[in-house]
Amino acid sequence: MPVEPQTIHGAMFDTSELVINMGPQHPSTHGVLRVILRLDGEKVVDADVVMGYLHRGIEKLSENRNWTQIILLTDRMDYVAAATSNLGYCETVEKLLQLEVPRRARYIRTILCELQRIASHCLWVGTHAMDIGAMTVFLYAFRERELILDLFEEFCGARLTYNSMRIGGLPQDIPPGWDKKVLEFCKIMDGKIDEYETLLTHNRIWLERTKGIGVIGGPEATALGMCGPTLRGSGVARDVRKDEPYAAYDEMEFDVPIGTAGDTYDRYLVRMEEFRQSLRIIRQATEGLPEGPIVGKVPRLIKPAAGETYHAIESPKGELGYFIVSDGKSTNPYRFRVRPPSFCNLQALPRLVRGHLIADVVALIGSIDIVLGEVDR
Amino acid sequence: MVPAFITSLQQAVPGTTLSLYLGDWTVIVPASHVVEAALHLRDAPEGAFDYCSDLTATDWPPRAERFDVIYCLYSTRHRHRVRMKVKVAANQPLASVTGVWTAANWLEREVYDMFGVEFTGHPDRRRILMPDDWQGYPQRKDYPLEGPGELLMENPIDWLKLRQAREEADIE
Repeated sequence: MPVEPQTIHGAMFDTSELVINMGPQHPSTHGVLRVILRLDGEKVVDADVVMGYLHRGIEKLSENRNWTQIILLTDRMDYVAAATSNLGYCETVEKLLQLEVPRRARYIRTILCELQRIASHCLWVGTHAMDIGAMTVFLYAFRERELILDLFEEFCGARLTYNSMRIGGLPQDIPPGWDKKVLEFCKIMDGKIDEYETLLTHNRIWLERTKGIGVIGGPEATALGMCGPTLRGSGVARDVRKDEPYAAYDEMEFDVPIGTAGDTYDRYLVRMEEFRQSLRIIRQATEGLPEGPIVGKVPRLIKPAAGETYHAIESPKGELGYFIVSDGKSTNPYRFRVRPPSFCNLQALPRLVRGHLIADVVALIGSIDIVLGEVDR
Repeated sequence: MVPAFITSLQQAVPGTTLSLYLGDWTVIVPASHVVEAALHLRDAPEGAFDYCSDLTATDWPPRAERFDVIYCLYSTRHRHRVRMKVKVAANQPLASVTGVWTAANWLEREVYDMFGVEFTGHPDRRRILMPDDWQGYPQRKDYPLEGPGELLMENPIDWLKLRQAREEADIE
């Protein structure tokens, strides 16, 4: 009997969708993020984001600590940009207390926050490029980030969780000669940004992997609640530093870079330009640093009158808001709420990855720059 | 001086009250008109609140309508802010505003997860930060800060003694 090759129908060209699980332990999810992907071949049909693995209940904890103790809890949210989290909280409490902060303190706060922005963006450019396959940038960016961490260590003794602000001002004045070191760092950093750009901006592989990936228009991004450089990449000139100035930003001159295409490449360009604008702000603030006290007239017992307020600042990830309610009776907040920029940006991930290849998911997670400590709190 | 978007909202949605504290305007809207008010704030040209910054809640027991659901809104065109507040009772469902601002999707999920406020018409009502099978709503004021921890498993008698000591300390 002659043998005929048998065809098993449906086995070779199976068109059913494949569900795969990415994370929570995955090097490209920047922490413990889990994404459930529904795939059609290599194309992503839909994505579901699962989180909460780092949930420590910071909001609940803060409602049971006194006003000063909370500052160090805010460090643990966005742990690669702790100084901006400190600032947002302190300013909200100052607003509740209607407290005036001395000009020198506001200037130093501005310098710290901009240094922090550069450090955070260094980490972002390094890991984002490494996710896509460019290893060198990671090593270069971490080299410069180390310089900033050294500056922070000299200022407050810590390298990651700074606890660097106090309600009404700062814990201590800058050490002697610190401002000179900051200016020296600015000089070094100028050339380094060009170095990163030489490696990436016109790199053919980089362009292929980022151009036209995860395109989102301005109005849609606004409605989705995206913020920070992720929103500005879509051409919306929204920057809390310009629109609702805090610290000493009203006295600083800087531009808000915006993108046009709203893709991964434009978000990259916006952040690269932010490096330069941050250096510009640091130079202005360090050179014009006024003399004077560093702490305002803070009451012995911090106990704001009954009331509530929302105050937002521009963290490296976007609009970081605090909504705090005081009942006027106890020495801890009645309600402490953080509006985490990473959380709101991550909400756009399923929308961004739809229709792209599975390898682009990694590029897009890097592109929206999330920190899971802040997403989960 | 009351801003124009608030006076027009008061005309469009009856029963709206307002308050001003530290330069922030808050409008308090009846729970039955929440979507109507949200649409008005977004679409009226003098308001144009196209950006939902934050959506959260506060718990005020023993008030009958124990939750305040708070919407922090921002306008990218006029660069102003307003807070919208809605009072709801414990088992009273509230209409979802995901149709008005897509940003509200996860934020409403978080309010549901942490406070147990039900949102009707929400496209994806699941817990977000806590595990799916979690009992209780952690941000409510009657939810304890600490659980029994490992001591309950290891030595239940010591745990009971500790709890009693704490309760006595609270009474004093």
